[in-house]
Amino acid sequence: MSGRPAVAVVVFPGSNCEFDVAAALGSVGCRAELVWHREGSLAGFDAAVIPGGFAHGDYLRPGAIARFSPVMAAVGELAASGAPLLGICNGFQVLTEAGLLPGALARNAGLRFVCETVDCVVESSESVLTAGLAPGSVLRLPINHFEGRYCCDEMTLHRLESSRRVVLRYAGDPNGSIARIAAISNDAGNVVGCMPHPERAVDELLGSSDGRQLLESFAAAAARRRASAAFA
Amino acid sequence: MTRYGVLAEVRGLDGLADPEGLAVERALPALGFAGISEVRVGKAIRFVVEADDEAAACAVAGQLCEKLLANPVIERSSVSVPALADQADRAPGAEAPGSEGAGR
Repeated sequence: MSGRPAVAVVVFPGSNCEFDVAAALGSVGCRAELVWHREGSLAGFDAAVIPGGFAHGDYLRPGAIARFSPVMAAVGELAASGAPLLGICNGFQVLTEAGLLPGALARNAGLRFVCETVDCVVESSESVLTAGLAPGSVLRLPINHFEGRYCCDEMTLHRLESSRRVVLRYAGDPNGSIARIAAISNDAGNVVGCMPHPERAVDELLGSSDGRQLLESFAAAAARRRASAAFA
Repeated sequence: MTRYGVLAEVRGLDGLADPEGLAVERALPALGFAGISEVRVGKAIRFVVEADDEAAACAVAGQLCEKLLANPVIERSSVSVPALADQADRAPGAEAPGSEGAGR
């Protein structure tokens, strides 16, 4: 096992950010491969990303049907083994519905579809998305969602805050998320859900290149995973 | 086994802001409706369950709500088997709950 880390980009019917994600991952040294949701195995992959879009038409609730796609069992196994797993936007919604991350994403307060570039504060460097970034640093990232209001009960919020699992926080309040949460991780830090789109901010031509730092962190985690697998 | 037409209702938890309900409520005065408050928008989902009796049909429907139709983190759900007239109206193929007409 050597060479560039292999990252699965999971594609559901209705996903629409898979090519952007694959291109952005390629630009930070990964070998990204699109994987259709009916695949039952992610063998050979060092990491996975669930991209944005409208998986299964967002019918019932965003992520509610996607959670039952065959690939999700393999995604869960990959996450349980400690591999980096990132859900972006609709991918974040899928991860909460699948129970891989706590809480849920409800309709934005104010009923506005939000499409803008906003300031996000790095809250924790203990996740695969933000390792190497200084807490407190501000990233300009695009958001593009209707159901982005992060919700959870008080106890979950306390657990997230006290164990430094809030990964990114909005500097403003674009959607009414509890504690202005934009991204969270699991306890181990290898599973991250992120409403902003880092893959749309990888070049100054796109208005910001701040997302690149996040994807570089993710790529480095995938590379470490690949290196450790080579010795396993 | 009898076919029961089941109605599942899914709505947001009481403490959770419901921007859609609020938007509807704010539109009402312009239409001349007064004295209407606490509007909540949710979902109504109908389906037919084959079961031995109404309680069993509701139990299966409740499990369906827990596993798929509602997300308990932000939503609550309830199930019912609407009365016969309503059933004939909305759930073709479903029979009345209990052939003896159990008072619903």
